[in-house]
Amino acid sequence: MAGKTLYDKLWDDHLVKQRDDGSALIYIDRQLLHEVTSPQAFEGLRLAGRKPWRLDANLATPDHNVPTTDRDKGIDGIVDPVSRTQVETLDRNCDEFGIQEFKIKDQRQGIVHVIGPEQGATLPGMTIVCGDSHTSTHGAFGTLAHGIGTSEVEHVLATQCLVQKKMKNMLVKVNGQLGEGVTGKDVVLAIIGKIGTAGGTGYAIEFGGEAIRGLSMEARMTICNMSIEGGARVGMVAVDDITIDYVKGRPFAPSGDQWDAAVAYWRTLHSDDDAVFDKVVELEGADIKPQVTWGTSPEMVTSVDGRVPDPAEEADPIKREGIVRALKYMGLEANMPITDIKLDRVFIGSCTNSRIEDLREAAEVVKGRKVASTLKQALVVPGSGLVKAQAEAEGLDKIFVEAGLEWRDPGCSMCLAMNADKLGQGEHCASTSNRNFEGRQGFGGRTHLVSPAMAAAAAVTGHFVDVRELTH
Amino acid sequence: MRAFTQHQGIAAPMDRSNVDTDMIIPKQFLKSIKRTGFGPNLFDELRYLDEGKPDQDCSGRPLNPDFILNQARYKNASVLLARDNFGCGSSREHAPWALDDYGFRVIIAPSFADIFYNNCFKNGLLPIVLEEQIVEKLFQETESQEGYQLTVDLDSKTVTTPSGESFGFEVDDFRRHCLLNGLDDIGVTLEDAELIKSYEAKRRESSPWLFNAGN
Repeated sequence: MAGKTLYDKLWDDHLVKQRDDGSALIYIDRQLLHEVTSPQAFEGLRLAGRKPWRLDANLATPDHNVPTTDRDKGIDGIVDPVSRTQVETLDRNCDEFGIQEFKIKDQRQGIVHVIGPEQGATLPGMTIVCGDSHTSTHGAFGTLAHGIGTSEVEHVLATQCLVQKKMKNMLVKVNGQLGEGVTGKDVVLAIIGKIGTAGGTGYAIEFGGEAIRGLSMEARMTICNMSIEGGARVGMVAVDDITIDYVKGRPFAPSGDQWDAAVAYWRTLHSDDDAVFDKVVELEGADIKPQVTWGTSPEMVTSVDGRVPDPAEEADPIKREGIVRALKYMGLEANMPITDIKLDRVFIGSCTNSRIEDLREAAEVVKGRKVASTLKQALVVPGSGLVKAQAEAEGLDKIFVEAGLEWRDPGCSMCLAMNADKLGQGEHCASTSNRNFEGRQGFGGRTHLVSPAMAAAAAVTGHFVDVRELTH
Repeated sequence: MRAFTQHQGIAAPMDRSNVDTDMIIPKQFLKSIKRTGFGPNLFDELRYLDEGKPDQDCSGRPLNPDFILNQARYKNASVLLARDNFGCGSSREHAPWALDDYGFRVIIAPSFADIFYNNCFKNGLLPIVLEEQIVEKLFQETESQEGYQLTVDLDSKTVTTPSGESFGFEVDDFRRHCLLNGLDDIGVTLEDAELIKSYEAKRRESSPWLFNAGN
């Protein structure tokens, strides 16, 4: 019999019941909650007279709607009354049901996908869900983690289980070493460029190969985070010393004898040598250059030294029409060099790229430089209150402010513009977030997805530039 | 949940691939704490020429005449014809809520994004995957015949055109069963409460660190 993949192992360990019809009940170890996708779930519980199955499996924080300024005012700092109601509703639901929440004024508040790992609430071997598609982030720890809808949030609250059908296994292998200045973000954008935005639909992706093994947890989280942009709900990386070192000593992580027992189990969380994948995709690390998206889907991506594509060269009529529409929306000409794209704003943040390593990489680029005078705004939004404190302890905030970037408080911010941080119509933004959909960062806004270093380089030059030209 | 057995309705062709959930229901409308009322903002940025705001009366807003659902012949459409990877992007269930609130009951596409596909079934909305050539044929017939209606039968798993041509589709037995009977998933799962408890007890013993409350 063939060996098991990491996904097979995690699935088998959480299988409560295999039903005859092919569906299965899977036990959920951790649910993360935020204000946007939970109110209707709590309301559903209330209407049905149900109680949460297991309180300590849940952890909540407001992140999508929170302002990134005036945070000392707490909830009163939320100007938009509709946003404010949503955050108040989360507080009220967590208080009523007895769920632990890092509220808006708690230093531990932050983007759910940043605080889970930061607190050790994300542990290898867990199943983790959240009403947010970027829950795949947590797969970087050898967990089975994916986004769910609000009905399923309610289902997990009420039963601690999910009804699932097993996905297929895909291995994305990045061989060799990455070039200098090439980050996890560039790797995942290159992968999406290769497999397409629906390439991973129906699959759980495991990211492996020498280049992935060499990456930090932050970079692995960035890669797993964007699995969903490649169509896969689940992205994973096998557990190794880097994983275990990251988890050790975190507030929710085990200690003493339990730590040793946990580590012994965690070390089994990798695909067996003879495991069989339904699909294998390989990339050479050395071939990956800094990436920039030019269109309105994450698969519309190319290297910084590339050009905007020419629809005339696309044979497939639906794809051709997609390129024409994207270029029109983005206000770009076919064949123009990526480095000719001028920016209006820069956003460094989001669950993809707002961890300490991301901020260090961006700070290194802007240090001693100034934001281009043509830019309207450059924002740096740390992923959590603790990331913010760490960055300030390292003096990164001063580097950003001296260069002319704004240093903000933690939240999802301009990634999806549910708070006050947004793009104006027609504005181009170099963004470290995860989606370049039409209107994503503001009505009529034009998003270009890049790494933190590339966003920083764009901030100081006013257009896209290969960050390696600035740092070498 | 509302049961789905059979539906007949006007089909509207949405001719673009990778329609994402931000497009289906933009983020400013996710601030609601209700499940209803999203219909007027379905496809907001495509449908109207101005920027939509939450809690706004949409009746006086300028419509985009080029948008398919603004054309009189598709006004009462309840079957949406779509292209590849419909519903990609975020996990927001507000997307199926908005489609449902607008009046759609069926979406037919060559492929769907996983989370969106799953969310539809929780809301009495039926996503149907048909081969690309069949979807293309339905697009052509819809565009050439005003008032074109499709009949969808979940029991026999068929889509039937006005000329009587029928196409079979696949759907998971469990999902089909729940949808046909309007079953509440949670109720079904809780029938296995004892099984869940015994799994949990074993897990507590083998992996006690998963049951630490933290701080």
